[in-house]
Amino acid sequence: MIHLVQLAQQLDQVFVLAKHWLLGYVPAGVQPLCSAVLSVLSVILVFPLLFAIVTWIERKGLGRMQNRYGPNRVGPCGILQPIADGVKSLTKEDIVPITADHAVHFLAPVLLVSASFMDYAVLPIGRNMVIVNLNAGVLFFFAVGSLMELAVFMAGWSSRSKYTLLGAMRAIAQMISYEVPLVLASIVVIMQAGSLSTVAIVNRQATYTGIWPHWFVFTPWGFAGFVLFMIAATAESNRSPFDLPEGESEIIAGYYTEYSGFKFALFFMGEYIGMFATSGMAITLFLGGWSAPLSFLTWIPSYFWFFAKLLTLIAVFIWVRGTLPRLRMDQLMNLAWEFILPMTLLNIITAGVWYYMPTGSIRWFVCSCMVIVPCILLSRGLKQKKRFQVRTYHFTQ
Amino acid sequence: MYGGTELVGEGILKGMAETARNFFGSFVSKDRLTTVQYPEERELQIEVARDFPFLVYDGADWQQGMRCVACQICEKECPPKCIFIEKSKDKKPDANGKPQFYPAVFDIDISVCMSCQICVEVCPFDAIKMDVDYSLSTDDRFGGLLLNKQRLSKSNDYYRKIHPTEAAEVDARLAGERARQEAKAKAAAEATLATAAVQPASGESR
Repeated sequence: MIHLVQLAQQLDQVFVLAKHWLLGYVPAGVQPLCSAVLSVLSVILVFPLLFAIVTWIERKGLGRMQNRYGPNRVGPCGILQPIADGVKSLTKEDIVPITADHAVHFLAPVLLVSASFMDYAVLPIGRNMVIVNLNAGVLFFFAVGSLMELAVFMAGWSSRSKYTLLGAMRAIAQMISYEVPLVLASIVVIMQAGSLSTVAIVNRQATYTGIWPHWFVFTPWGFAGFVLFMIAATAESNRSPFDLPEGESEIIAGYYTEYSGFKFALFFMGEYIGMFATSGMAITLFLGGWSAPLSFLTWIPSYFWFFAKLLTLIAVFIWVRGTLPRLRMDQLMNLAWEFILPMTLLNIITAGVWYYMPTGSIRWFVCSCMVIVPCILLSRGLKQKKRFQVRTYHFTQ
Repeated sequence: MYGGTELVGEGILKGMAETARNFFGSFVSKDRLTTVQYPEERELQIEVARDFPFLVYDGADWQQGMRCVACQICEKECPPKCIFIEKSKDKKPDANGKPQFYPAVFDIDISVCMSCQICVEVCPFDAIKMDVDYSLSTDDRFGGLLLNKQRLSKSNDYYRKIHPTEAAEVDARLAGERARQEAKAKAAAEATLATAAVQPASGESR
């Protein structure tokens, strides 16, 4: 029995132990550098692979939702489709518009991809598996995440095309609007955990009462925070129904209209890698990071749980994309500023009430009411405010 | 806010349930997946489908049973002038055994053809009909799209297969005509027989 426990622990730490074993072969002076390179390399290898698999899953899943087969020509069930796509994008001509700002046009995809990869520096993928345990990890995550907006705007502005500029304007408006609720929704977790370190936040959740874990999503404010965070995260990663900056049917891929070949693929990848990172942060903040969902499942390696949760969230993203149509710009802004932002602010108050009230069912009741009642009242109120009328265009008359 | 009528997000949940039903349903029931896997599977075309003309022949041999008698009406009527016919010098017996002219050359340039079906409308011999074959792409831009007599010839059985109703009608009409002709021939033969019988009698009476 003890043997099995030891085996499970070793399996859980297999990557950490492997890294230590490899570092034993280099002199002590360069060990920190080698350690960093090894960690970064593994992230750079694993997540693009996940990206390749996810593009396949997404196309298959969307196909099934629309009663189609999806890709099924390359390899069994089309599993080799990502490779074919990669070869295609690598062999395509890289066109740069003659009027474009060449330097910025080149830097935009590089910045986007590197910014999205930098997010992983603070994500605990498993027990003891984090590149750097910053004591301001969450803050670092959001700071780096906002670099992606800059990359998007660089792409849109430097291409010197009306579609890219429209896309970039939409992207900036949307990303800044949703950055606010994204950060505010995560504040509740920081309040409860009392730390900005992602490792501390996960450790706080990786304890159990009976068989049930202490994930923050299993509290009224945590659940509301999680839902709000995921809505904001969808908008942050420019995914349907918030894909206005890309808007394939109206502004032809938006800010990256003028990109082709491998740079286009880089944008595509940067977006997905960013989406995984934001999902990973949602997992870290609300879904207990790498911790097992039930106490008797802790023998399964921690990194397995992280990727299982990540794939579940990605599946939800795909499901939502297959269901909802794209929002209009004013609907998007109204949703952010009139609904999500007040709800996140109220949620912070709820989390404060939860913190100071004594443990028990009364606390549950009060905090649930504090979440549900404003949500219903706010949505009702906003719906009543909406008037349906014939639209008049002031500037064209 | 943008959800259903009663609860917030109700419409979104309904929509998600619908897509989930589609997702799982497509694995269970084959009827949901309407996609035809094109090169491997092909759907039967509907009867009114038609693209380019072809020449009908009766019987087994395409040269023997060719219905076309090279009257050249279709060539003259063709609006884009995509038909080229060269009339034969000699006559050959057709399917009914009657000696007829035949087209020595019959070419249709389907890169010019506009599928108007006028040739079919004007043909008095039901010799030219519309085909449904659509996989005509070729790497030879000129020769590959200029269909000669042999490539244009297709049996009456094929015609019955692609346009059953229309073919039945044509067959009935042709059979009726043939019967009428046979009856006429028979009557003519009887008449000659009768005159032959009458003439000696009249000679006798003289």
